[in-house]
Amino acid sequence: MAEAPKATREAIEAVDLAENPFKKDFPLLANNPHLTFLDSAATAQRPTVVLDAQRDFYERLNSNPLRGLYKLSVEATEAIDKVRRKVADFIGAPLSQGIVFTRNATESLNLLALSMGRLVLGPGDEVCITIMEHHSNILPWQQVCRETGAKLVYMRPNEDCKLTAEEIETKITRRTKIVSVTQVSNVLGVENPIKDIAKRAHAVGALCFVDGAQSVPHMGVNVQELGCDALAFSAHKMFGPMGIGVLWAKKELLEKMPPFLTGGEMIDWVTEDDFGCAPVPQKFEAGTQDAAGIVGLGAAVDYMRAVKRENLEARERALVADLARKLGELPFIRLIGPANPNDHVAVVSFNVCGIHPHDVASILDSYDVAIRAGHHCAQPLLAWMGIESCCRASVAVYNDEQDIDNLVEGLQKVWGMFNGAE
Amino acid sequence: MELNNIYNTALMEHNAHPDYKYEMDDPTLQHEGVNPSCGDDIVLSLKLDGDVIEEAAFTGHGCAVSQASADIMADLITDETAERARHLCDLFLKMIRGEVTDDAELAELGEAAQLKGISLMPARVKCAELGWRTAMTMLDERLAAEGK
Ligand SMILES: Cc1ncc(COP(=O)(O)O)c(C=O)c1O
Repeated sequence: MAEAPKATREAIEAVDLAENPFKKDFPLLANNPHLTFLDSAATAQRPTVVLDAQRDFYERLNSNPLRGLYKLSVEATEAIDKVRRKVADFIGAPLSQGIVFTRNATESLNLLALSMGRLVLGPGDEVCITIMEHHSNILPWQQVCRETGAKLVYMRPNEDCKLTAEEIETKITRRTKIVSVTQVSNVLGVENPIKDIAKRAHAVGALCFVDGAQSVPHMGVNVQELGCDALAFSAHKMFGPMGIGVLWAKKELLEKMPPFLTGGEMIDWVTEDDFGCAPVPQKFEAGTQDAAGIVGLGAAVDYMRAVKRENLEARERALVADLARKLGELPFIRLIGPANPNDHVAVVSFNVCGIHPHDVASILDSYDVAIRAGHHCAQPLLAWMGIESCCRASVAVYNDEQDIDNLVEGLQKVWGMFNGAE
Repeated sequence: MELNNIYNTALMEHNAHPDYKYEMDDPTLQHEGVNPSCGDDIVLSLKLDGDVIEEAAFTGHGCAVSQASADIMADLITDETAERARHLCDLFLKMIRGEVTDDAELAELGEAAQLKGISLMPARVKCAELGWRTAMTMLDERLAAEGK
């Protein structure tokens, strides 16, 4: 099994953040030189190669995949399956049949909860998640727990935002049937110890699902190395199109799971009062797929591979460390997340003392600095930390030192406006 | 978008020194308004003497826009009749949603008319509305109960 490529400490230190060889690949950024885009955790920008691939699909291959018996439709189907194999390989999955295309990570997680959850959960059983989950990995479980009488249990990190071995062991028990955990928190930016969690889950006979929405875009992820049973992520956070999500799950699980959405394309046969399912993965791909989007995702994977994932990770790690360090030096900023700047994956959240995050983001916007402010779809986490909302800056490979300096300068202006400066 | 249109002197002043932000004793009417998407909330209290709003005050927390806007609202409706206050709230909400843009028509909003620029920032409209929307709900209920 090939291990996921990782950026070494030397490689991270060798990155020159003043240089930016990537911006030119992203038309929105290249065409807006004054824009400081620091909200890639919400959605990344797309490179020309992705946009071209989508257009190319419509210009050369457009036809309904799976339906037609003519050449064009066969080619469209092949184009999708090629991306299926590419994505499987990208995350180190052994069988491409385990890749299901959905609309987004949210749909992938709903599929897991509503299909697998309903299948295995009953009264007295537990689903274990973390307090730092995105709403998309909370609400489906709340819903399925309510339906089945199972209980939702939260693992909580320590003061440095880490899930300890003790917490993992205390919360994942014989009662646990499903563990579903984010690999990287979209608010804290911290990476969770998925390998340990998966090991513990399997030791007690539970399944381990991973929300990779914030990890797959930024680091080498290998599902075999992680030892998880399923992984969900979105194309639009990894330079791909909006409206395409991925669910990888072990094939034997997908085969056991009941269908999620039903209708066209997912059937084997249909009578007046019954139907048989098509084999995996078609069983979970009801209705016409966004084939051009899937082809776009394939181009995004190609782009990440061309840049080389370890280079991408090295640059993003250097960027986020620079960001965390520079924000940490501002006396009026309270950083949220792990204390060590090197422990952040692409995301740094913070608050400006005495100034509401919405004011911060609005004022920064007037200087063309785009960051996110609010609850970041993680209200239980924020409530647990005792804050209403926060600001979040996030980076991707196309950011550079200037972007971070623009943010720092903008924040100084925000502070000045509320504290009597010009 | 010119930032000074929004974070102008009036707004910054009301945010820094909200005269009407305090807990009122024995309010006639009290209502909580929330913006679930941003976590902002205010509790608005009104004391009525017959038909006239004798005192208006609020508590709560939120961004500068929501807090200053609520303070400006409380200032504007104090000493007005419930019916006139409702008219003013309605006019403000129309301004902030971009439905009324004529400055002459907005003149009766006084200082509140200075928040007009927020109508160009869709993401902040809800913040500016919070206090006024809450007042509107209370006054609607009160006037409906009186058959007005
Ligand atoms: C950790 C995490 N999980 C899930 C999601 C949901 O992704 P999507 O909106 O693409 O379904 C997000 C997106 O913000 C996220 O950050």
